Amino acid sequence: MSDEPIVRFEDVTRVYPLPAGAVVALDHVSLMVEPGEFIAVMGPSGSGKSTLLNLMGCLDVPTTGKIYFAGQDISRLGDDDLTRLRRDHIGFVFQQFNLIPLLSALENVEFPVLLTAGREESRRRATEVLRAMNLDDALFSHRPGELSGGEQQRVAIARALANDPDLLLCDEPTGNLDTKTGTAIMDLLAAENRRGKTIVMVTHDPRVAGYARRRIQIVDGRLV
Amino acid sequence: MIFLSFAARNLRRHWFRSLLSVIGIVVGVAAIASLGILGGSINLLVANLISDVGDTIVITPHTAIGGTFAGDPRTAVDVTLSSREVDEIRRAASPYRVIPVLQGVDEVEFGRGESGYTRVIGLDPEDIPILLRIEEGRYPRQNQPGALVGTYLAREYDLRPGSRITVGGEDLRVAGVLAERGFAVDINPDYAIVVTEGWYTGHFGTQDGGYAMAIVRVGDIAAIDEVKDAVETRLNRREDVVDIIDSREMLGQYQAIYGQITVFLLGIGGISLLVAAVNILNVMYIAVTERVSEIGVMRSIGVRRREVLRIFLYEALILGVAGSAVGGVLSAVVGYVVSVAAIGLFTAGTTFGEEFVVFNLTAVGYIVFGMAFGIGTSALAGFYPAWKAARLLPVEAMRHA
Repeated sequence: MSDEPIVRFEDVTRVYPLPAGAVVALDHVSLMVEPGEFIAVMGPSGSGKSTLLNLMGCLDVPTTGKIYFAGQDISRLGDDDLTRLRRDHIGFVFQQFNLIPLLSALENVEFPVLLTAGREESRRRATEVLRAMNLDDALFSHRPGELSGGEQQRVAIARALANDPDLLLCDEPTGNLDTKTGTAIMDLLAAENRRGKTIVMVTHDPRVAGYARRRIQIVDGRLV
Repeated sequence: MIFLSFAARNLRRHWFRSLLSVIGIVVGVAAIASLGILGGSINLLVANLISDVGDTIVITPHTAIGGTFAGDPRTAVDVTLSSREVDEIRRAASPYRVIPVLQGVDEVEFGRGESGYTRVIGLDPEDIPILLRIEEGRYPRQNQPGALVGTYLAREYDLRPGSRITVGGEDLRVAGVLAERGFAVDINPDYAIVVTEGWYTGHFGTQDGGYAMAIVRVGDIAAIDEVKDAVETRLNRREDVVDIIDSREMLGQYQAIYGQITVFLLGIGGISLLVAAVNILNVMYIAVTERVSEIGVMRSIGVRRREVLRIFLYEALILGVAGSAVGGVLSAVVGYVVSVAAIGLFTAGTTFGEEFVVFNLTAVGYIVFGMAFGIGTSALAGFYPAWKAARLLPVEAMRHA
């Protein structure tokens, strides 16, 4: 694991067939993500940032080219294996938070853990990781709709970290937050990275990108 | 188990919509089960009512529509069998007994100022004991005028042996009360008066026979076809003079008619269930469609396809089981009440409805069938849209607003 990059793209192209014609979202991209990195993927909207992130997180599959996750060619994996990979090795943080509305904050964090672990273990880990996100215990039983944007994003990050993933992927994690709250969230992510978590983050905000240790610029589906 | 509680919560979140779909299932299940019970009850009742054994042949004057059931309004024409035709039938049916039947209607006074038109049946005194049983009193004899009254008539007007009635102005003494006979292929005397042939012809002035029908008591089922053929060739050689029907055919026709009623009732129930099924499908489809992005989120954090399916299947099953359970209980109650009411209506004033069991294995079978259909449809209706959503790539699903 140590010599192997976490993610390796080899000449990856992703084409979306649309009624108005095919859109090339990612055009022959090769890159590597090494353990412990904090990468900011930057570029204008529509440049292919999110596609890159989705492919990295095994939410999408390339049209051509190869993606290796911890040395494993993901194009050889079936849906169940990809899902297991996401569950055990990848954490996602979305711009829209994407919490499950009918579960409480604590239950949202528990959810991915419960897929593999028992109830008590899940509760213990969820509580631990939520506290690490500086979320007030009183808010644990609240539904996402009753939480502020910053609180929801803390819950979302906690959920992403609950299974102790090898890779944390963040798509505009501060995009829906005000500056002050955004800064607090970025401090949390930076702290996670200092503790050794590998993070890839998509953003178009240079100030947010400043937290990262490496930047990847992407324009029209190509790295520049 | 987390998926089950997840499903239950989801239903609670949309409790009103869940309630509506449960009602839809309830209505469908209740409709098919209670209609089935009703149909089954009608069939059982008819089987109770029909008292025939398969050894009777009934010969009636030929009508345009012949060979249907007794009392078919299409056959109600004023034609009769002549004495000569009855003699022909006797010769053809020999050695079996032929019972010619006279049938008419006259105004009857029952005493205490009560009167009304009543069916009057005239039979040879020797034939009466063969055809009819009496409950009280005695059979009338050849030269001793006396009438037998049907059991319902007797009950309604409080007639007993020795009572006096007036038939068309002529006094007549009640000799006996007939036993309940029920719905038969040949004659239905429960609401009628039976008199001797001599009195009948004297009273009505009938000439040249004027028989409504001739009954052949074969006594041996194997001989039925033989006798029918003999009568057919003898009387209907050149043109159709008589219609011949036997009790087996008649029973078959009754059964076919009531079987069709049952099919019809089940058809209505089936349509209701179909409507319920479409409703369930619609509800589940909307429920899943508005949560496609949620499915995407669940998939992105590591929920497998079959786990997504399980969540939605549980939801559908909870709705289906709840709806079917309520529907099953409801249809048991409704089916019972409706059957009892219908039987009460059909058998008003008779004893055929007594000791009649509405709940038998068939009724339970209909309830079980209705419930199984309700649960099955719900499962299917929930499964399909969930299966469609689970097949999407997580990114595609999440993009679904």
